[in-house]
Order: sequence, then structure tokens, then C-alpha cells
Amino acid sequence: MSNTDIEIVVDDPTAPEANSPAVTSNRVVDAVASLVLLALAVTLGWDNWRTGAAWDATGPEPGYFPFYLSIVLGGASLYGLLAAIFSRKEASEIFVTRAQLRRVMAVFVPTVLFCLATQFLGLYVASFLLIAGFMRFVGKIAAWKSLLTAFIFTAAMFVTFDIAFDVIMPKGPLEAALGY
Amino acid sequence: MEAFGLLLHGFAVLLTWKTLLLMMVGLVLGIFVGVLPGLGGPNGVAILLPLTFTMDPTSAIVMLSCIYWGALFGGAITSILFNIPGEAWSVATTFDGYPMAQQGRAAEALTAAFTSSFIGSLVAVLLITFLAPMISSFALKFGPPEFFAVYLLTFCSFVGLGREAKHKTVISMSLGLLLAGIGMDTVSGQLRMTFGSTELLRGINFLVAVIGLFGISEILLTMEERLALRGHAAGISLRVVLSVWRDLPKYWVTLARSSFIGCWLGITPGGAIAASFMGYNLAKRFAKDQDSFGKGRIEGVFAPETAAHASGTSALLPMLALGIPGSGTAAILLGGLMVWGLNPGPLLFVEHKDFVWGLIASMYLGNVVGLVLVLTTVPIFASILRVPFAAVAPMIVVSCAIGAYAIQNAMFDIWLMLGFGVVGYVFKKIGIPLAPFTLALVLGNRAEDAFRLSMIGSGGDMKVFWSNGLVGSITTLAIILLFWPLIDKALSGATRRLRPAKA
Repeated sequence: MSNTDIEIVVDDPTAPEANSPAVTSNRVVDAVASLVLLALAVTLGWDNWRTGAAWDATGPEPGYFPFYLSIVLGGASLYGLLAAIFSRKEASEIFVTRAQLRRVMAVFVPTVLFCLATQFLGLYVASFLLIAGFMRFVGKIAAWKSLLTAFIFTAAMFVTFDIAFDVIMPKGPLEAALGY
Repeated sequence: MEAFGLLLHGFAVLLTWKTLLLMMVGLVLGIFVGVLPGLGGPNGVAILLPLTFTMDPTSAIVMLSCIYWGALFGGAITSILFNIPGEAWSVATTFDGYPMAQQGRAAEALTAAFTSSFIGSLVAVLLITFLAPMISSFALKFGPPEFFAVYLLTFCSFVGLGREAKHKTVISMSLGLLLAGIGMDTVSGQLRMTFGSTELLRGINFLVAVIGLFGISEILLTMEERLALRGHAAGISLRVVLSVWRDLPKYWVTLARSSFIGCWLGITPGGAIAASFMGYNLAKRFAKDQDSFGKGRIEGVFAPETAAHASGTSALLPMLALGIPGSGTAAILLGGLMVWGLNPGPLLFVEHKDFVWGLIASMYLGNVVGLVLVLTTVPIFASILRVPFAAVAPMIVVSCAIGAYAIQNAMFDIWLMLGFGVVGYVFKKIGIPLAPFTLALVLGNRAEDAFRLSMIGSGGDMKVFWSNGLVGSITTLAIILLFWPLIDKALSGATRRLRPAKA
């Protein structure tokens, strides 16, 4: 080994345990997804029928193409529903275990909160809160590191997008107070 | 050679300090994206797309395609050093690359991976240089029926040749086509499927969907895994590089075979993932001592990497020549072209010569610069993995949101992105492929327009799709491909029945 070698070791203390109980099987999720898609196909199909899915003097009406696509989607999801119900293989496949779901939610819930905060506080404040909060409370990283990282990243984004590239992001009361 | 002259002109367009700098920035960002778990080629390109909105199209596409090359290079680093494929197409690289690293031959394996990536891309770019102008000048004669037939061929080959359950591919594709139709109808100006919502008036933006489907959903999926890793980041010395390169001619059969497989699968919608596995398996099958594969054989690195890069690069050929992307990332680049007001397809070669040849020249240059860059900076990039995922994940979420918002300056799009993130997570887990969805969403409007224009031209007669030899054979081929699994079964059934009769 040459002296340029660097050993890299990263641990994952909050990794989901391997023996965690299953929340649901792939069959259930597949069946539910097929039902949702079927409902979507019916709704869109009905709307296109209302718009006009026939032929007129100039050719197909606006609803023609999507109407038949809704039928294709509806047919395929109906088939998918039946296939999921009768599938033995999918019944034995775990969709997500409880430990995995907990970890997924640990990202998903903050992401939803971040979107909400963006709507009211602007993107930059929301981004600072998300990064600092996530690093501190989910990643258990020291508070000063979390706050510093969040601040540097948010400031870098602000300089890159709003100032250098003129891509304007949603802003809230803080930016207004600072005069942006 | 007209292509050669135009290519030289392309190089002239590129060789400015500004473009070279953008190229470096793109490559570094790309390698970064390729190394990080939970991000990949398509995600990286989709998230970084907004950065390029204010650039001129040539600089923008140079930067984006360099992000793509960088991501392709970056995937190999984590596969070899940590046995973690950064991308699905680098899974096959781990089979022999990681054993090599464990034997202390990491530098050798990395050099092999980068060099073969370079060779694979180079072969594909050569193919693009000479084939794309020919195809596009041929396609200039296409009318709406021919275009619709080509779109149909693309969609049908996904259904017929894809490895996923057929009904799931159909679901994914029809859903994409339907969502593409939301909003204002381009032909009649009437509103469709908006249900009175003003937000839906704009339609569902392709890039917003992609950022959600690939970016957000990938983070959710990554969190399910155990994120611990252990390995050595090896520096590459010039001596190792030269010794690997000296042995290169010995493996020319493997390299040529993998390049061919890659180019073929890249142009047809087979993709880099299939190409890398096929390249690896064929190299193993034709080898004299098959048992040494999987134990750190250098050919086991050459074969999949060459194929994956050849395929990733040649996927851009149908996008440039016909406006039909051959992969998810190509679809996103196509979405980018539309944002900059360029209409992808055969006319691009006539109307925007500078742009097209600048892009092709950037493929050559980007690969050379990329090769040098990765060979010299591997340890730095490998240590990126030390950054805890708890810091990376929220930054990716913020970048996704910035990307989604910047496209149309709409808060609604951030929510839409979140929705697509959940959809992508569920779809990936129950086996509904995302590539047909992406492709349908980006091509939906154009396919519909082509269909309606042909119908208007023919007065509603479906026979227009068999009205001449060209369009007729494309349409027929499309239908054969759609029912290919059935035909294949019938054919093999027939031969089985015939064979005992002969014996």
C-alpha cells in the first residue's frame, strides 16, 4: 500500500435493524396503487369524454387521444389489481419493515415541513431550518456544526441563484426585512 | 467529409476559457453526484438544470453533458473502493473491481474502469459524429405520420422488450402520456383535465416530475438501507496508469465487444444497466478460465464499464437525430433543450449547427478532461463519502426544491415535486418502471400532435400509417415489437413441435 492511502470508515448507528417486523406486503401496496390508478383513469376518462372524444370535421377532438389513453391505463390497472390479488410471490415480499418506515418518515416528514415553511417563510429560511434541524435531531451532529453547515449552504445557494444567476426564489418576511 | 469540418468548427466554438471552465465545473459536480449515495446521473442533471437557465444554450448543454459524464465516472469509484455501486449500471463493476481493491490493486482497477469508460464513450461519440447527421438528413423527409410511427416504435419497444411485467410498463407509459396532456390543448386551445384548477393550466412540467421521481424518491429509498461503509481510498500513480495502458491491447476483443453491445443497447431503449451486465456476462462466457471472474480479474472491470459508457453516450444519438431520447438522462437533456427554446429533432442539425456540433465536440473534450480529472483526484472524491448522510440528505432536498421552483417560478411545483417523490418511491418498490413514464411525459405532446396532424392530413383514415413503404414498415415493426413476447413464445413453441417430427 502506498502512503497516499486514506482509510475511510463511516458508521450508521441508526441503521434499520434487519429483523424488524413488516408493516405491509408488496401485494397490498400493489393492489392499492392499482385501485388509485384505476380511479384516476376513470376520472380523467370521464373528463375527456365531456371535453369531446369523438371526431369532428377537422379531425379528432381534444379529448380523443387522452380518452383512449385513459382506457388503456384503466385496463392495465384493472389487470394489475387482479394480478396483485392472485400473486403469491408479491404476498411474500415485504414492502417496508417498521424500522425502515421509521427512517423513511424521518426524512419525509421534515421534507413536508420544509415545503410548508417555504410557502410562508421563503425558501432560504426554510432551507436553513431544514438542514440545521435535520443534522442536529436526525443525524445527532453537534449543534455548532449543524448551524454552521446550514448557514454556509443556504448563503451559498442565495449567492449562486439569487445574485449570480438571477434565478429568483420564493422569499418571506426575513428577506423583506433585509431589503431583498 | 462534411462532418469532420463541422466537428472542427464545434471545437473552435468550445475552446474558450469560459467553456472549458464550465466543463470542469460540470465534471466535478457530476463526479460528486455519482459518488454520493442517493443521487445519480438523471437526478444530478435534473437538479442542476436550473443553474443553466440563464446561460446560452451551448454553454448550458456543455455543462449538463459534463455533469452526465462525471456521474458516469463517479459511479465506478464507489463500486471499486467500497463495493457500493453509486449507480445501477456500476453493479457489474463491483464483481471484479472490489476483489481487486481488496487485493491492494485498487489503483489498477480504477485506472481500468476510467480508461474503459473513456474508450466506450469514444466509440459511441464516433458513432454519433458520423451517424447522427445521416439519420437526421434522412429524417428531414419525415412527415407527421412517419414521426408518429417512430414514437409508436419507441413506446412499443419499451413494452415488448422491457424486462418488467408488461402491464406495469403499460401503466407507466399511459400515465405519462395522460399527464403530458393536462392543460391547454396545443391544437384547439381548449382546456383538458384541469378540473377548474388554475395551477393545472400550465400543465405538469416534465422536469418537476423528474426531480420528484428521481431526486426525492431516491433519498427515501436510500434511507431504508444501511449506510455504513469501510474501505481505502487509493491514489493513482502514473506508473500504474502506464502499466495498465500497456496491457490494454491484449484486451481489445473484450473492449470491442462491450463497445458494440453498449452502442446497440443505448440506441434501442435497453439502457446502460442491461449493457453493463451483458458486457460482463459475455466477457465471462468467452474467457478461457471462467472461474477467475469474480475474484479480481481486470477484464471483469473493462467489460461492464466499456459497455455502460458506450450505452450512456449513444443514448444521445436518437435524441439528437430524431428527438427521441434513448435513456432517462437523455430525456432530461431533451427537456432542457426545450426550455432553451430549441426543438430537438432533425431540424436541429440544420437550424442550430453551432449548437449540435458544439455538443458533439464537448463529448470528445469532456471525456478527455474527465479522464485526466478522475485519475488525478480519486482520493479527494472518495473522502466525500465521509460526509454524513444526515448532512447530505437535507441539502439534496433543498436543491430539488430550488430546481423545481426555478422552472416556472411556481410554489405549486414544489408540492407537485413532493407528490411525484412519493409516487416514485412506491412505483420503484412495486416494480413499475420509471423510464417509460419519463419518456412518455416528455414525448407525449409531440406524439399526440403528430397523430392529430396525420389524421387531419388523411381525413381521419388510419391507413395513413401504411400509406408508403417507410411509414408502413416502421408501424408494422412497432406492432411486432409490442407483441414480441407472444410471437417469441409462439415461434419457440413451433420449433419445439417441429423438432421431434424431424428426429
